[in-house]
Amino acid sequence: MKELLECLERDHTQSPEQLAVMLNRPAPEIAALIKQFQDEKIILKYQTIIDWEKAGVDNVTAVIEVKITPQREVGFDAIAERICRYPEVRGLYLMSGGYDLSVTIEGASLRDVADFVSTKLSTIDGVVSTNTNFMLKKYKYAGVIIDDLEEEHRLVVSP
Amino acid sequence: MNWSERLSPTVNAIPPSGIRRFFDIAADMKGVISLGVGEPDFVTPWHIRESCIYGLHKGYTSYTSNYGLLELREEIVKSLYNDYQVTYDPRQEVLVTVGVSEALDLAMRALLSPGDEVLVPEPCYVSYKSCVTLAGGVAVTVPTSIDNQFCITADQLEAYVTPRTKVLLIGYPNNPTGAVMTREALMSIAAFAQKHDLIVISDEIYAKLTYDATHTCFSSLPDMRDRTIVLNGFSKAYAMTGWRIGYAASNADFIGAMTKIHQYTMLCTPITAQVAAIEALKRGESQVTHMVTEYNQRRRLILDGFREIGLECFEPKGAFYVFPSIKSTGLTSLEFAEQLLMSEKVALVPGNAFGDSGEGFVRCSYATSTKNITEALQRIGRFVAKF
Repeated sequence: MKELLECLERDHTQSPEQLAVMLNRPAPEIAALIKQFQDEKIILKYQTIIDWEKAGVDNVTAVIEVKITPQREVGFDAIAERICRYPEVRGLYLMSGGYDLSVTIEGASLRDVADFVSTKLSTIDGVVSTNTNFMLKKYKYAGVIIDDLEEEHRLVVSP
Repeated sequence: MNWSERLSPTVNAIPPSGIRRFFDIAADMKGVISLGVGEPDFVTPWHIRESCIYGLHKGYTSYTSNYGLLELREEIVKSLYNDYQVTYDPRQEVLVTVGVSEALDLAMRALLSPGDEVLVPEPCYVSYKSCVTLAGGVAVTVPTSIDNQFCITADQLEAYVTPRTKVLLIGYPNNPTGAVMTREALMSIAAFAQKHDLIVISDEIYAKLTYDATHTCFSSLPDMRDRTIVLNGFSKAYAMTGWRIGYAASNADFIGAMTKIHQYTMLCTPITAQVAAIEALKRGESQVTHMVTEYNQRRRLILDGFREIGLECFEPKGAFYVFPSIKSTGLTSLEFAEQLLMSEKVALVPGNAFGDSGEGFVRCSYATSTKNITEALQRIGRFVAKF
């Protein structure tokens, strides 16, 4: 049920009872659907989006373009699977175009990221080359504009 | 000097908007949750705003044809055909106006001679009756009630017809009640209009905000096209209230007469808004669907909330308003709204601001977040429990 998932993606703190009213379905059905989505890993996790810069926590993010040699039977998946496991890796995508994997790394410092690339990523069998791009500023993340300048301008009461 | 003596008696006789007084109180209060806003809480979708910016870069800063940009009129005609299978000639039968408000004013001024009567079902949008009066006509109000879900019937209207009746002005989906009219119900109104040879002005600004029902454009009904002036616009569906852009569609004679007034009073609708409106019609549909889905969820939430509180509330199937009855509290609409604002800091609009038959009701807009709706309902529940 796409509409339920969209509601949860927008705000997962809404109770099943409230969602049931909003979607015009019985509350037990909504609760069962949510459980089913969780069990089937359609809902992977409920997460909070934090502006770490505003919270005063420094970290460094890099997007690394990785070229790899696909392997027989498993293609790109085996290497991707290995890269995924590192907690520093925040995102991993197989790409079309000039490189194969896009790896997003987060570290406490530039040195952390550099160490990860040189000692962990580059040394994996099948990794042919890496091209590291450091992120300078985050404007939008997970669909949220970080410093949204839009304000509420409506009158309090209007016809 | 007594200035009021120098003012037109017609203007003097028009009462100030009942909403204005409320706005003045609520605007200065802190921590107010407002269910009193008659416009979307979404901002205009970015692609529409961006097209306007691009238009400015390209030098779209001039006058346009009095009728509006032809490309926009063509898109309007296309959308009316796609949505309701009604056809108009974009060159002569569509006028782009500064919101539906201007279109309504033009229509009244183009049609009415002094003393001509206009049937106006109530509760209705605040400007309807004043527009009739300002054009020299006489607004004959036809009360609707919750018993009939705030719809009108031909039988009701019959009682108000006189030899001077010239126009029927309807607005469904309705502000403030959220009522919609089915095709079958409108067919009987069409027969009534034909029987009495009336012109029908149909304000359909909330057409796209129709839930679990299908909107019927009045001019799409058999034989109604040439006696109907359809008013619509971009404010509600595309969240473009501040752009002030709407349109009228009708036969070439009516539109020609309205354009005559428009060219001498307004000249044209701002080109910036027209450029944006073209983008809205060409590529805005998915955003409209997204907004309508959210409004529908909130509609169910607020309706359920009022019923939980114990206030009688019929199910509105259009616009973004619910219109609960507050008669069980023993308060008048105004008392309810004022006391609620003062004690619980929730702003809503007393129903009598929309006509006498709105007394005993309040208009609550759900064009606000679900968090605000939930919080407002809690506060209203606390307030109502005192009675």
